[in-house]
Amino acid sequence: MLKSAAMLRALLIQVAIVSTNVAIAPVAIAQEPASAPAATEAAQPAALAEKTSAAGEAGSEHEAVRWDHWTAGNEINNIGSLQRGARNFAAYCAGCHSLKYSRYSRVGKDLHIPEDQLEEFLVIPGDSKNGYMLTTLATADGEAWFGKAPPDLSLITRARGIDYVYQFLKTFYADPNTATGVNNLALPGTAMPHVLAELQGVKAGVFRQVPVPASGDQPPTTKVEFVRFEDHVPGRLSAADYDEFVRDTVNFLDYVGEPAKARRVSLGVWVVLFLLAFSGIAYLLKQEYWKDVK
Amino acid sequence: MSDDVLNAQDTDPSRRKFLTAATAAVGAVGVVFAAVPFVASWKPSERARALGAPTEIDLSKLEPGQMVVSTWRRQPIYVVRRTPEMVAALPKHDAQLKDPKSAESEQPDYAKNEARSLKSEFLVLYATCTHLGCLPKQHFTPGDPVVGADWPGGFFCPCHGSRFDLAGRVFNGSPASTNLRIPPHRFEQETLLMIGVDTAAAPAAAANASGSHSHGSGGAA
Amino acid sequence: MAAVPENNAKPAGFRAWLNKRMPIDAFVAEQLTGYYAPKNFNIWYFFGSLALMVFVMQILTGIFLTMHYKPGEAIAFDSVEYIMREVEWGWLIRYLHSTGASFFFIVVYLHMFRAMMYGSYRAPRELLWLLGMALYLALMAEAFMGYVLPWGNMSYWGAQVIVNLFGTIPVIGPGLVEWIRGDYGIADSTLNRFFALHVVALPFAIALLVMLHLVALRQTGSNNPDGIEIKANLGKDGKPVDGIPFHPYYTVKDIVGVGVFLAIFCAVVFFAPTFGGLFLEPPNFEPANPLSTPTHIAPVWYFTSFYAMLRAVPNQQMGALIMLAAIVVLFFLPWLDRSPVKSIRYKGWMSKLWLGVFVVTFFALSYLGLQPVDPLYTLLARVFTVLYFAFFLLMPFYTRFEKTRPVPQRVTYHA
Repeated sequence: MLKSAAMLRALLIQVAIVSTNVAIAPVAIAQEPASAPAATEAAQPAALAEKTSAAGEAGSEHEAVRWDHWTAGNEINNIGSLQRGARNFAAYCAGCHSLKYSRYSRVGKDLHIPEDQLEEFLVIPGDSKNGYMLTTLATADGEAWFGKAPPDLSLITRARGIDYVYQFLKTFYADPNTATGVNNLALPGTAMPHVLAELQGVKAGVFRQVPVPASGDQPPTTKVEFVRFEDHVPGRLSAADYDEFVRDTVNFLDYVGEPAKARRVSLGVWVVLFLLAFSGIAYLLKQEYWKDVK
Repeated sequence: MSDDVLNAQDTDPSRRKFLTAATAAVGAVGVVFAAVPFVASWKPSERARALGAPTEIDLSKLEPGQMVVSTWRRQPIYVVRRTPEMVAALPKHDAQLKDPKSAESEQPDYAKNEARSLKSEFLVLYATCTHLGCLPKQHFTPGDPVVGADWPGGFFCPCHGSRFDLAGRVFNGSPASTNLRIPPHRFEQETLLMIGVDTAAAPAAAANASGSHSHGSGGAA
Repeated sequence: MAAVPENNAKPAGFRAWLNKRMPIDAFVAEQLTGYYAPKNFNIWYFFGSLALMVFVMQILTGIFLTMHYKPGEAIAFDSVEYIMREVEWGWLIRYLHSTGASFFFIVVYLHMFRAMMYGSYRAPRELLWLLGMALYLALMAEAFMGYVLPWGNMSYWGAQVIVNLFGTIPVIGPGLVEWIRGDYGIADSTLNRFFALHVVALPFAIALLVMLHLVALRQTGSNNPDGIEIKANLGKDGKPVDGIPFHPYYTVKDIVGVGVFLAIFCAVVFFAPTFGGLFLEPPNFEPANPLSTPTHIAPVWYFTSFYAMLRAVPNQQMGALIMLAAIVVLFFLPWLDRSPVKSIRYKGWMSKLWLGVFVVTFFALSYLGLQPVDPLYTLLARVFTVLYFAFFLLMPFYTRFEKTRPVPQRVTYHA
């Protein structure tokens, strides 16, 4: 309890720092996390047990949701989406996660964000807009509070893929056995709390036992399989809005992973066309000379 | 060439010439376009440009008669807080200067005046001797023994002996031929100086003047 | 006879001055307009000149990368991201270099396969083949070291695995590994020395080998798809009846090859530089972490066929030996092939079958080397390893005793 109280405090501090930058209801941010997890932890064990056994009885009624097939479907040219993603990141992620290879001024330029809005919504107060997008959370503090310092996210989409990040942000569920009160399907045992809980709400995971047939020298056994999510604590956003929120954020992270991507693709069209044209002319030249050869 | 293999009777030399020229021309265009990224990669990178962003200097702690050293875009900068006596003494030795009106020297328009500054109280200079680039040393005390009994105060360059006054103007007899250069600068607040951004061309700057401060644009030519 | 102007008049001015001091005109006459190559070169004959072009491109992009890259455990990874984001056009120079590395191998493998198809390694071109094999080894070392330089997590662990292989050498193994690394594990010293070798030493070695390779080629003359020695059939002018001057015919043809190759190459560079994770692997976008191994360690695709063989053998030492043998056996190809004919076109059905088996084996092993360990895959890797060696070790027999087709006098060429 002491640890989660300390973490709560840490979360509130980070959120408070960041919330001064953000147009999304700052007051609401500060208040909700205090109430939600406590309620969740108290209500959870009974509620969860109910749901698991119910699902077990329902059995094959429910096809397991293939969360690992969910795709992010990013559009790197959708400036609106990227801008929203940048705002989302600044509001909910920058408190703990740095983007240490990305500069504010570059983001402002590529995403057509005017300088005053850049300062107001993105730049951490006290940092230069020409500087890198660092976080105020010290590494040592991150390790002390979460067990693992929140990693830098500049290259997360290049290292793990946009679909993984999308799935990660959408598969948090309540779990009384963890320090944060939540767990994650894409990264089981994650040290990260469900920072977006006020937006998505908190889901309950419905699991069932499935038999595993014998193989090799392993006897037949059972394993726990995820079936689906159920609403547990409501969030501020509808499912569709939360989905858009996550897609925008992942889109922004994809941009941060490779800022030159849009330029690269648009330039490539001209380069390849030019080279095909050159090859064509060179081929005519070749044919002309090779008329000599019988 | 072996006649068995090659049959040159049907060749059309003009078509060959044309196609060769066309291919060479398109190829040359391609080579030029391909060279652009390599040549451009030598330009200052985003990091260099970010590090070259304007420098902020807080002058509130600077005492009159004192100097602070800073940098901007890897050039050393001197900011001197001149006393009213220092400013008043400036016109007295105009005859000993090579370029008293800064006609040949390099400074922004708003610094082309007797005191060579926006506010006569603060002198902002590139600390680079206009001879061969050494850092001139401060010798503000009049009559400083290193320089001479009739030294009015200013800068003395140890490399080859160039001498500059407290407005950075070069004395006769110095190897340097122009006054010390002045960087673009602006006062964000009374005592907050930004090196690297120009002051907007506004007469409002003159309103700050204390003591003798004239826009030399009319006089010098 | 309009292709090359006859110039019997003494060249005047600067050209004359130059030629008195350097044999430029003589070189051109001997190596370009006077060098006769077979007229029946097909698509398989582009890859030699393309390999040279990719080499030049790697040098050029490599030089420009070295202007911004900083070798050093703490800064290498950051310097690569600096190039990708903050150096003007740095992302393009980087992608040209990384894609160039993979395309270098694509081109070289196709180039080697051409030699295997048409018997270009047969006498009198054995030395040409051996020099080419030396080039292949040098290229593999160069590529391996280059991959370590970004100091990503795959760079680190790939280096760890490959350098550890040297530890299987009896007696001197462990000491050798420490000597290669310059430390007790892959470290800053390893990175720095790989940088020096990758940027300076190996490019010089490769350039020298390329020159020797070209000299050996010009000495014997090129082979061709029919495996006929064109010098055996000279015309009235003393030139091979089936030969045409390299310049202008093959210079002009190679330009087309360059254009088409660059179009394909640039399509990859601009639209798919990571090539689905094959050219730039996802774990390498995370900095090197000695405490965290990537889920699947695999070398880059061009090494995975050998890697599959290494993993297929249950004993580490034997595995390393088999992997080495797989490369060494290639050196012996000129002497394993006992066929009376050079080119696959005229060999018997057994040679054609085994060459087909070899191709399938190479692709299968390359694929298997990329997959995680699995009992079925391990079994398949063993089967294909056996087939790989069978292709070579049975060659003296099936090439000697199969029925070949008669080789024509003149090359097959349709204008």
